Amino acid sequence: MKNIESPLLRSDEEAGKFLVNRRAFTDAGVLDAETRALFDTCWLYVGHGSEIRKPGSFVTRAVGGRNLIFNKDAKGQVGSFLNSCPHRGATVCRERSGNAKNFTCGYHGWVFGADGKNRNIPGIEAYAPDFGSDGCSDLVSVPRLESYRDFWFVCFDRNAQSLSDYLAGAKEYLDLVADQSEAGMEIVGGAHDYSIGANWKLLVENSIDGYHAPVTHSTYLDYLRNANEGHKVGIGVGAAKDLGNGHAVIEFRAPWGRPISRWVPSMGEEARVQMEAQYARLEEMYGKERAERIAGMDRNLLIFPNLCVLDILAITVRTFYPRAPDRMDVTGWAMAPIGESSGMRRNRLNNFLEFLGPGGFATPDDVEMLEQCQKGYANAKEAGWNDISRGMRRELAGKPGGQQDELQMRTFWRRWHELLAARNALSVRVEA
Amino acid sequence: MNRAQIEDFLYAEAELLDTWQLEAWLALFTEDATYHVPSSGMGANASPDEHLFYIADDRMRLNERVARLAKKTAYAEWPRSSTRHLVHNVRIVGEDDAGIEVRAAFVVHRFKDGNCSTYIGGATYRLVRHSDSFQIRSKLCALDSEVLRPQGRISILL
Repeated sequence: MKNIESPLLRSDEEAGKFLVNRRAFTDAGVLDAETRALFDTCWLYVGHGSEIRKPGSFVTRAVGGRNLIFNKDAKGQVGSFLNSCPHRGATVCRERSGNAKNFTCGYHGWVFGADGKNRNIPGIEAYAPDFGSDGCSDLVSVPRLESYRDFWFVCFDRNAQSLSDYLAGAKEYLDLVADQSEAGMEIVGGAHDYSIGANWKLLVENSIDGYHAPVTHSTYLDYLRNANEGHKVGIGVGAAKDLGNGHAVIEFRAPWGRPISRWVPSMGEEARVQMEAQYARLEEMYGKERAERIAGMDRNLLIFPNLCVLDILAITVRTFYPRAPDRMDVTGWAMAPIGESSGMRRNRLNNFLEFLGPGGFATPDDVEMLEQCQKGYANAKEAGWNDISRGMRRELAGKPGGQQDELQMRTFWRRWHELLAARNALSVRVEA
Repeated sequence: MNRAQIEDFLYAEAELLDTWQLEAWLALFTEDATYHVPSSGMGANASPDEHLFYIADDRMRLNERVARLAKKTAYAEWPRSSTRHLVHNVRIVGEDDAGIEVRAAFVVHRFKDGNCSTYIGGATYRLVRHSDSFQIRSKLCALDSEVLRPQGRISILL
């Protein structure tokens, strides 16, 4: 690892110091650079296959500053289109989700099939005879669309490496989620769409931060103790890993229940029996060691730049985009095994809501702390640098990071810096 | 029982929330009570057993929610925000063995750190008679906004 000395990032391996300039969270020029260097070139999560299970199913969502349709056509082909009419640019599909053979633009009535091809133009006789033969009247497809274990990603850089190469070591961790059910995994109905008055990279850090949990979430831990009186769950040593290409993970054993196989009393006796059977099946399929890892360990995975898969007390898939340097839009989904019993699904969603989301016992405190960080950056001229050095000595010695270290964040920041530098996007004026 | 009695009860509930007398507010609920806030845009028939809500508390978790809000380490609400719960359009919809069904519209303003968040929606209550007043068996607050932006969190009680 070589040292970095730039206006936004300073890394001195010998001194064990890693600093990020707070302008990286406040500067409009940095956001502009991120748009070009990250969101225009990286693979970005668009959705899960279970959200568009039937032919004709679609969802519309914002990805990387674009408005997309993500759907399945009549033949079962998965597609993703820029949701703008090729005629005059109006949003063609104005619903959040549904099932449709065709999409009709409400402006002049152009009709498109679920495969994006033009089906009808009112008054076609007024156009040249071969109009549309070059595809100019079809919906524009995203340049690249690929999937891994039914997690679908788009990329706006036509020449990007394959998704599989891009995901690098992160694939192993998506496998640990996808392997939790023979029937496959699905997104549960409903989503948490909220916003935070903070720079988007603060949620990157927070999503893989093991250090803050005992402090920021002390009231949640109090709750766990009350809800499961007398029950002790062993807290194992965790580890942080650099997965390549900016992806990182912390893997650990937390004190909460996991609906896949870590029973706690608040789940009830019936759940205990089901979970034992479920665990036995995992052992049968994958062997003791892998079953224990799938079911017994907690994981916070970051897929660079902005997808988090938290396989913890429930599974959440979460992505977020900057609206401004000091504001982000967040969407969080719950993921669960297809066909799990109604009791287990209830337990899972209970677990989810106890911790996660805008009404949980933990996420609102994260939101508060992130907003307080952003507020603190108003003082950046005098108090200018964030410290992300924790565990750097261990890293230098070639030892794995602990989950309370900050190796996983340094992994993100090094890649962030590398991509911005490669596009000459670091020409931000930072006062010394 | 008439609408004025129900309105008095709901206004008193709102005052307990706005004055942060949360233990007294909690005492308005029956032992088997539920407090639900479905995620934005969810249909009226959504169930928290199958869909992702914002909040789906039974009485035990509601107790814990109130206990949490009493702590300074509930960072999202310390220092405490200032709130105003407005209750409108109160109607008695019906009464059966499960209690009296009441619907109302609500507007809740939350002020903190120089910002104001507003939560607007419809509340459905199931009330039961209790001495000369009522108790809440269920309270469901369905928000009208399509997404929880810019509010970002429901750290207060609606």
